[in-house]
Amino acid sequence: MSADPNNYASDMSRLQMEISVAEFFEKNRHLLGFENPTKAMLTCVREAVDNSLDACEEAKILPEVYVEIKGVNGSEDHYLIVVEDNGPGIVKSEVPYVFGKLLFGSKFHRLKQSRGQQGIGISGAVLYAQLTTGKPTRVYSRVGDGKVYVFDVMIDTQKNEPRILNYMELDSEGHGVRIEMEIKGRYVRGRQSVLEYLRAVSLMNPFAQIVFVEPNGNELVFERKIEELPPEAKEIKPHPHGIEFGMFLRMLKDTKAKTLVNFFVNEFSRVGKDTAMEICALAEISPDRTPQRITREEAERIWDVVQKMKFYAPPTNCLSPVGSEAIEKSLKAEFNPEFVAAVSRKPSVYRGNPFLVEVGIAYGGDLDPEGPVTIYRFANKMPLLYQQPACVITRAIADVDWKRYGLSQPSGSLPYGPLAIAVHFASVWVPYTSEGKEAIAAYPEIMKEIKLTLQEVGRKLSTYLSAKKREKMRQRRISIFMRYSPEVVAAIHKLTCVDEKTVEEAITNLLRTKGLHNKEETEAVVEDVVQEAEEVEDIIEGVEDKDVDSGQESKGLKEKRIEDINEGVKFQSNPPADVTENDSTIESREGKNENKGNDEDASTPSTLKKWMVIE
Amino acid sequence: MRDDVPDEEIIEALSEIGRKVLMQMMEGENPYIEMKVRTLSNVYFDEKERIIKLGDMKQRRYFLNAGQAKKFMQTLLVAERIKWLLERNRSLSKRQLFYTLKHTIPGTKENTFDEQNESDEILEDLEVTIDVLVERFNIIADSKGVMAGPLVVEDKGDTIDLTKMGSAGYAVPGIVEPDVVKFKECSADYVLVVEKAAVWNLLNEDRYWQKENCILITGKGQPSRAERRMVHRLHKELGLPVYVFTDMDPWGYYIYSVYKQGSINLAHFSMKCGVPEAKFIGFCTSDVNEFNMPSDAFIKMKDIDFKRIKELKNYEWFKNREWQKELDSLRKFGYKIEQDALVMKGLEFTAKEYLPTKIENNMFLP
Repeated sequence: MSADPNNYASDMSRLQMEISVAEFFEKNRHLLGFENPTKAMLTCVREAVDNSLDACEEAKILPEVYVEIKGVNGSEDHYLIVVEDNGPGIVKSEVPYVFGKLLFGSKFHRLKQSRGQQGIGISGAVLYAQLTTGKPTRVYSRVGDGKVYVFDVMIDTQKNEPRILNYMELDSEGHGVRIEMEIKGRYVRGRQSVLEYLRAVSLMNPFAQIVFVEPNGNELVFERKIEELPPEAKEIKPHPHGIEFGMFLRMLKDTKAKTLVNFFVNEFSRVGKDTAMEICALAEISPDRTPQRITREEAERIWDVVQKMKFYAPPTNCLSPVGSEAIEKSLKAEFNPEFVAAVSRKPSVYRGNPFLVEVGIAYGGDLDPEGPVTIYRFANKMPLLYQQPACVITRAIADVDWKRYGLSQPSGSLPYGPLAIAVHFASVWVPYTSEGKEAIAAYPEIMKEIKLTLQEVGRKLSTYLSAKKREKMRQRRISIFMRYSPEVVAAIHKLTCVDEKTVEEAITNLLRTKGLHNKEETEAVVEDVVQEAEEVEDIIEGVEDKDVDSGQESKGLKEKRIEDINEGVKFQSNPPADVTENDSTIESREGKNENKGNDEDASTPSTLKKWMVIE
Repeated sequence: MRDDVPDEEIIEALSEIGRKVLMQMMEGENPYIEMKVRTLSNVYFDEKERIIKLGDMKQRRYFLNAGQAKKFMQTLLVAERIKWLLERNRSLSKRQLFYTLKHTIPGTKENTFDEQNESDEILEDLEVTIDVLVERFNIIADSKGVMAGPLVVEDKGDTIDLTKMGSAGYAVPGIVEPDVVKFKECSADYVLVVEKAAVWNLLNEDRYWQKENCILITGKGQPSRAERRMVHRLHKELGLPVYVFTDMDPWGYYIYSVYKQGSINLAHFSMKCGVPEAKFIGFCTSDVNEFNMPSDAFIKMKDIDFKRIKELKNYEWFKNREWQKELDSLRKFGYKIEQDALVMKGLEFTAKEYLPTKIENNMFLP
């Protein structure tokens, strides 16, 4: 595939195919995520942003996406949605089909990680706009030929064909697509809002610059955090275990191969000539047969053989992970956390489809210490905001024993604490539980991989938390000794008649030489200590030499006591100073400050400047 | 435990604790106070003297140990306060001592002491460490016991005839050391210790001590040190035999053993308060048939009672044939009987039949 953005669009056009279902979806729009005005608005934005980011990434352009939502004068529930990108643009001849025909996708018949996959998306939004406001969608496309092509598109729902109401061609430099659609919707803030959606997009697409203007004119900029695109996802052919029987039949019909053996070699990955011949032999069908002439019964026989055969796992260069470093950077910028960790796993396979899992966690900082952890779910870099409980990601998180990693967790549910967990599932085919692309289905292989990744970051979290706990303990110790010192000084003074100053000096020197004298540190934790007096009580109880008159005390307790005494001696020669462990905290804070500094002077990206000459 | 230590020596011993700690600090050591362990693990039964004694196991209470720092500080505070008391020749009760020690540590919301048992425990630690009775610290132990009988004492200069104490009896003072309570005259034949105040009242109403010519005393349940010390002195100084009458249950049996051999908690104190020659009157399992107790008097034992029987069986001082047998038959019997229940046989049954029969016929457990 060409990497030149100016030729890219024409290359894409050869892949387009048509499926006629417009009328069906007019009646079943809930399947597409348009069941209520709030969700419909989010879906329209989502479909457009999906396409923008996909196009940019494929054309190797660092994405700059501009999203604006405006109220429409004279109407309470009509909004104009504008989405604009700096992508390669769409060639003039394809624009009507991309926007005006349902299931006209370039992505449905290919295997490669991309955000959209079914080809329903943006035309569904066009259809929704047309159904709710009667207005066409205006599309501006520039492919780098010095022109901007402007279309007003509607869909003929009976024929599933585009209707162009207006068409203009004007001079304009650069490339990119701008969409303007008027829909009936509702603008909200909160967890499932456009704002939170874009924030999440920015989290897993740290290489993208996203600008968002709310209906009240408030402009938000989600800065680009890394200047590098993730590795390009290569297109692969389907793996023999990765397709359904229906799809197999269609492939037999559509193939350009003249013989059955060539059909296998050309249309599938991991099938060589020998393997193809073996399939034919086992199915007792001549390898020279024309694929289009294979009967349904024969196809079933071949299918059965294929299912029982072993193949190499599919190639994994079709995947494009974000990468642990990029995820960590992104989380740091977003949450100002005290600790971050991310893991990007090696690819794995479910039902012949390669996939991989990435998990990033952020702990502390701006995150809410009360209640369950915050979950961010991503499928092919795009956030999933609805149906959280039904998603394999949520189930995997609840399934992991987070208590082992230092968090509290009511049995069988999500862990609690100031933690954000971002899980990215990347695959050539995301098994959504519904057409609305809201939750990922729980295939055992996927569940297992997600859990392993969570456990890996969990271990990192646990290392951090126990270091933090040790440091806290050390500070608490210090504060205990500091607190009791004046009392001890006064008592020794009265017992020995040595003047108070001498005693005070002796105790201060002692604490200093043991590394336990630190005035500032102590004052800082005093409040903490008072709050956690109960915990301290626990510690004390452990060592307390109280007497037990009932005689229930066992010999074990005596041994324990002696251990405790030894502990005291050990502690004396070995002050537990684990300050080094804390360096990462300082680092992460600094990182955050750098990123924050930019917020002020950020403005609309240069390439998105007013190149629109129309209107 | 030393008896005739002058106050100056006690003050000196307390100061020494402070000096040692200061020296350790100056040498850059983690300062500690060394004291004897006062738990079952450091308690043994002296077969020859037949009392519970404290072993030599020692522990160090460190300052620079988060779990011990507070107790370390508290120990110094208590030591300082005792020195202060002795120097001024004043006395305080344990509760009053607690209040003189309790204050908020400046700059915090924490108290030096929250509960009286914290200072009480440290008092006992110091008692063991300095090897004198807590009474020598000018600390008045709480007492609750009462007594009556043919005995005349001099209590802080007042002469008191214990046959003329009315219905409530003579309250055992907090300190019963010879400098406070002196025995002047005694014609009693023995000392009868009863577990419960109600039974003591019953017997006092019957003027049992007059009819039987004995000293009647109760510690009202688990006795505190003053009653134990009083019984010890009556036995040691006046040569009176001691008989103990308790409930028929493991708790009653243990109270008997405390009068006789001492307690684990105050093992260091047994020499001063134990009466190894004391004898157990009852109520015991063989009495159930002997005196034909009605089954209405039986109380079913619970798990905790059975557990306690098991523990008692393992104490060295219960490891003789008679007591092992008694504990076994109690377990098999499965019921306990309170000493109060004897009134079911008649109001005067305890005084006129049960006790005289047991004592005259030497029906004792060792």
